[in-house]
Amino acid sequence: MGDISQTLRQQVEEAAHSRTALRLTGGNSKAFLGNPVEGEALQLAAHAGVVSYEPTELVLTARGGTPLQEIEQLLDAHAQQLPFEPPCFGGAATLGGAVASGLAGPARPWSSAPRDALLGVRLLDGRGRLLRFGGQVMKNVAGYDVSRPMAGAHGTLGALLELSLKVLPKPAENRTLVLEVERNEAIARMRELCRRPVPLRGACHHAGRLYLRLSGSRASVRAWQQQIGGELLAEHNTFWQRLRDQQLDFFDRPTTLWRLSLKADVPSLACEQDSLVDWAGAQRWVYSAHTAEQIRGEVAALGGHAEVFRRGPGETAAFQELSGPLLQLHRSLKQRFDPHGILNPGRLFDEAH
Amino acid sequence: MRAALCDNRPMPDTKHSSLREHLAQRFAQHLATAFILTSEEERRPYECDGLPAYRHLPLIVVLPADIEQVQAVMRICHEEQVPVVARGAGTGLSGGALPLEDGVLLSLARLNRILDIDPDNLSARVQPGVRNLAISEAARPFGLYYAPDPSSQIACTIGGNVAENAGGVHCLKYGLTVNNLLSLEVVTVEGERLRIGGSGLDSPGFDLLALMTGSEGMLGIVVEVVVKLLPIPSRAQVAMAAFDDVEQAGQAVADIIAEGILPAGLEMMDGPAIRAAEDFVHAGYPVDAAAILLCEVDGDNEEVSEEIARVRQRLLDSGASEVRTARDDAERARFWAGRKAAFPAVGRISPDYYCMDGTIPRKHLPRVLREIAAMSDQFGLRAANVFHAGDGNLHPLILYNGNAPGELERAEAFGGRILELCVEVGGTITGEHGVGLEKIDQMCAQFPPEELETFHAIKAAFDPLGLLNPGKAIPTLNRCAEFGAMHIRAGDLRFPHLERF
Repeated sequence: MGDISQTLRQQVEEAAHSRTALRLTGGNSKAFLGNPVEGEALQLAAHAGVVSYEPTELVLTARGGTPLQEIEQLLDAHAQQLPFEPPCFGGAATLGGAVASGLAGPARPWSSAPRDALLGVRLLDGRGRLLRFGGQVMKNVAGYDVSRPMAGAHGTLGALLELSLKVLPKPAENRTLVLEVERNEAIARMRELCRRPVPLRGACHHAGRLYLRLSGSRASVRAWQQQIGGELLAEHNTFWQRLRDQQLDFFDRPTTLWRLSLKADVPSLACEQDSLVDWAGAQRWVYSAHTAEQIRGEVAALGGHAEVFRRGPGETAAFQELSGPLLQLHRSLKQRFDPHGILNPGRLFDEAH
Repeated sequence: MRAALCDNRPMPDTKHSSLREHLAQRFAQHLATAFILTSEEERRPYECDGLPAYRHLPLIVVLPADIEQVQAVMRICHEEQVPVVARGAGTGLSGGALPLEDGVLLSLARLNRILDIDPDNLSARVQPGVRNLAISEAARPFGLYYAPDPSSQIACTIGGNVAENAGGVHCLKYGLTVNNLLSLEVVTVEGERLRIGGSGLDSPGFDLLALMTGSEGMLGIVVEVVVKLLPIPSRAQVAMAAFDDVEQAGQAVADIIAEGILPAGLEMMDGPAIRAAEDFVHAGYPVDAAAILLCEVDGDNEEVSEEIARVRQRLLDSGASEVRTARDDAERARFWAGRKAAFPAVGRISPDYYCMDGTIPRKHLPRVLREIAAMSDQFGLRAANVFHAGDGNLHPLILYNGNAPGELERAEAFGGRILELCVEVGGTITGEHGVGLEKIDQMCAQFPPEELETFHAIKAAFDPLGLLNPGKAIPTLNRCAEFGAMHIRAGDLRFPHLERF
């Protein structure tokens, strides 16, 4: 554990020199995400440790390899949390990987995604240059926002060595209500609740049950519990954690798991033969008998996109194809951050010109 | 030096007039001539934005009515290789919409329709020329609102908010513009349309939505914006606390955060700002206080009652000499009126004022305020401070008289020093107003050459010919080298007659 940025810088510099593709790894908990990458491993997990954390500043700075669990424990001791509830998938996940993958937990529609909490980064670009963007303050519009696009770029623009994030106080009270309703009625119900000032921090539907997480002050949570009704879920933290980390039984299948991201109020799609609705309708986890083309076509017609989250048998690009001019812009940006195309090549999109 | 930019004389126009005529003719194939402004008196109102110390008469002004017309204008400018500066309401405070004498000023004011309010998806689709406040007004019948509320919200447009990543007084809890956008439609420098973001909460590929936000019109022209709407909180309540000491007020902010409370707004004003505001709007502020804090909490009725009681106790424990909670909405509005009128209030006690916009880690507030006071003596100019205390965004207002020889230059030098101090304590030279032309030298203090090179590379990916708002936001490496050399002489500039870009 410590600062190995100079070693890493050298490795990237050498790889750039010899045009060697690098596969960036942290805790290796999300290796299944995105398109497969061929290359030498660039091990980032040893670049670890919290650099600074002052609870009253609501800002934490840590090296990319720091385990998420360590960060969560530290924040928890001060009744604070990462606002985006990053998945831990098996426990080895690192902060750098959590941000690079851009994944957000069940509170996404109300709290945020990694990009929203990210205030600044230190990164290694594809030439091995150590660059710093953003900072440790909440408001910063000096220069282009290079930090936030690192979230969800899957390491294709740079290796994230150090990250500064906005943290938030934990709510005083959390309760989960369960209501027995069918899918489309549940979606309508979630949307209706979202329009009112309900302290919702989770809304998920699966197998005829609607799960609503209320988080906030005691007074507020109790008042809304009475209004909404339903049954109180006993092991409620476990449920949301298992949803976040995909440990619910639903996720335990060998076939391709699709993630659909779309307009929240859309009723069940034809491709959603077996699905779990999260983010109050805006994220759907789907096992489908439809072809990739059919699924992507149906979702794209609604302005959304479909992603192969866990790959079953068969070859399919992980992400929805980018339109012509957008793809060109992506290639051009990639080329400028990583002129030799050595950082996780192809993981996010087809980089060939 | 910069004073040269304030030059108001009509410039000898012959070298530009033929280009102007040529462009006017080409634009006229796509737009009614009433919306192509060529005469000096028509162009004059566009010569500056909210930073009137900088003025340039644009070559030509064009006001398209729809996306197709924006595309046509961009295609022509691209073919002719003429630079383009986009403009919303012109309320920006950093000279970001300052026109170019050899460039087109593209006003988006006529793209001012709210296209759709979608309450089920908590979103509004609007054109860039829609005013910030108009979105909340249109959403109100559905019990919804748009959260970012820059103080210019009655006038500023959403397109400008996107370009600057505008903030406001509620950012700590509700975020900046970048946190409240769902998607953008952008016209590229070549006149192509790009949809950035989708109908859901994320989209495949790089987060170009974040990259576009705050890019100051340098990467593309925003022609449509989908913003996130939120349910209007059931109740909001504000407490005002007076302190005899600025340091204590700063500590009180930390104490409230340590209590686990996330206020909707947390604002601080120092003595000079309090007195100017009280004199102007009679908000009921204690005029002998060294600092006041305004702390607003929002949420459910019970929640607000509980939290405001805790806030009150915390403020007293932190040494407040007086804490008042607003008795009703009228008093709450009055407490805020003073803060919201702080800039014009300062405008009343000084012929001119210069508004700065640094962000600092909050813990350094006492040091920064002490040093600003020392600089105030050193430069011989008064300063008043208002502070978005929750998120560390400081707005020192430097009081000067633009008619007194040398005062503007001193005010700018004073402002520049404040921003460099913000960088020294780990902060940034601009929290929400943007770099524009105003802070382009301080960018050199904040970013080393390799980071600046990366910014230029990003710019080149979007705009290889450098036609979009050239000369703003990102300094050239040459300029920084020059700035560094000049800086050593501490304000004693060697070539004061030269313009510096």
